[in-house]
Amino acid sequence: MENTGIRRTRIVYDSSHRGPLALEEFRGVIRYRELIGQLIKRDIISRYKRSVLGVAWTMLNPLGTMLILTLVFSNLFHSVAGYPIYILSGLIGWNFFAQTSSAALNQNVWGGSLLHRIYVPRTAFTLSSLGTGIVNFLLSLVPLVLIMLIIQYPLKVSFLFVPIALLILAIFSLGLGLLFSTIAIYFPDIVEMYGVALTAWMYITPIIYPEAIITGPLKLFLFTLNPMYYFIRLIRLPIYDGIVPPFSTIGIALAISLVTFIVGWCVFTRKANDLTYRT
Amino acid sequence: MTPNPAIILENASVKYRSPEESYWSFKEFAINLVRNKVKMKDFWALKKVSLVVEEGETFGIIGRNGAGKSTLLKLVARVLAPTEGRVVTFGNVSPMLELGAGFHAELTGRENIFLNGTLLGHPVREIKQHLPEILDFAQINGYIDAPVRTYSSGMVARLGFAVATSWVPEILILDEILAVGDEEFRAKCYHRIAEFQRNGTTTLIVSHDMNTIMKQCRRAVWLEHGTVQSEGPAVDVINAYHNSSNNN
Repeated sequence: MENTGIRRTRIVYDSSHRGPLALEEFRGVIRYRELIGQLIKRDIISRYKRSVLGVAWTMLNPLGTMLILTLVFSNLFHSVAGYPIYILSGLIGWNFFAQTSSAALNQNVWGGSLLHRIYVPRTAFTLSSLGTGIVNFLLSLVPLVLIMLIIQYPLKVSFLFVPIALLILAIFSLGLGLLFSTIAIYFPDIVEMYGVALTAWMYITPIIYPEAIITGPLKLFLFTLNPMYYFIRLIRLPIYDGIVPPFSTIGIALAISLVTFIVGWCVFTRKANDLTYRT
Repeated sequence: MTPNPAIILENASVKYRSPEESYWSFKEFAINLVRNKVKMKDFWALKKVSLVVEEGETFGIIGRNGAGKSTLLKLVARVLAPTEGRVVTFGNVSPMLELGAGFHAELTGRENIFLNGTLLGHPVREIKQHLPEILDFAQINGYIDAPVRTYSSGMVARLGFAVATSWVPEILILDEILAVGDEEFRAKCYHRIAEFQRNGTTTLIVSHDMNTIMKQCRRAVWLEHGTVQSEGPAVDVINAYHNSSNNN
């Protein structure tokens, strides 16, 4: 053997002297950051290996949906200039949110059963699916830019704001996913319900239709009280409108995402033990 | 020299709980929750277990299925925190996964070494250093860059064992893993475990095979319904266990 000597690390673990669980989990994530990197790499590699087109599907998928929606709705909404860009910018934001939040909720992913056998920070698998989502999002920007160039839609410097918008949305998705997966510990049906709720949520958020068609009191419910409205705006403004979002929009979105994240993280880390207690 | 403790359990208890009835609607669940009527079924998997395992010792855990053996290992491996009582471990704990449990079928053997190594908490840099040694022990040879789904179960077992034992742990957990593999591979595993023991690794072994316990362990504990039935020299504990089985 290479190194026969035992390394006396003297790492003492005492179940009765533990810090706040939210902080413990955070330290664990830092310590296992390389695992999260490996998990993301694995997700992307295995996806690439399974199909002929591999990673290209990540780019083709939103493109296909966009194409269909454009064909179906462009007559209806022909007031919207550059409709393909309008849809695509909203769609990639929505897809990111839908995928990462349901991945966080669905504890049945690969590795979930490992949590019953070895110590791994419980959020590691959730964080890795978030990382995969971020990579997918960035990949789907490639066809978006291509389409913009092809139809000669103005590509502005404000585009550089997109990663910041993505980060704010990612924090929200993580928080919401953790919050719901805590509820799912006690009430598993929420996983199914969430899938249905997502579809409804997508239709009340202005992704395929222009904001202008909603007027009156409905606006309050569909836009003002809908967190996704702000996040989609945050991504769409720098791409479609070519402007950096106003401070008010950034502020509201950031506040919503941070509060959701803190609540989700604390609730999840407090209750995650129950996940393993259930046999 | 008085030996240092490696693992201490003080009145450790673990309670599993699940709702007594499943609620078919969220509304019903919420109403009952507010009325504080959600009945939970409690099940004590471990009841006030106290143990001290000394540094460098090989300690056996025996008992029937459902006696709480795995729960005890989970406490030591930090997978569970005790509901009551206290668990203290000194040193890094290397849990032995059910062989191949941490593998991803689509990835190659080499990719899986990195995935598995980081799962066990090792930095990528160290895994790279250990790579030649892992490959040498696992004897996968030409197939290391083929997907793991093409491996035989023996190959998966060898690779899993090679990764898990490439680092000398201070506390090693062996949960029935040596039941797989051929004779030659088993001999190699025992050889490596013996090497660990000479280096001062504390080992916890769970097995239904009394010969393994008898051969490997100086002391053992017998668990029954989550409580300690007998603890002491392995021979005595095994005899007590056998006597009770014969009487039933």
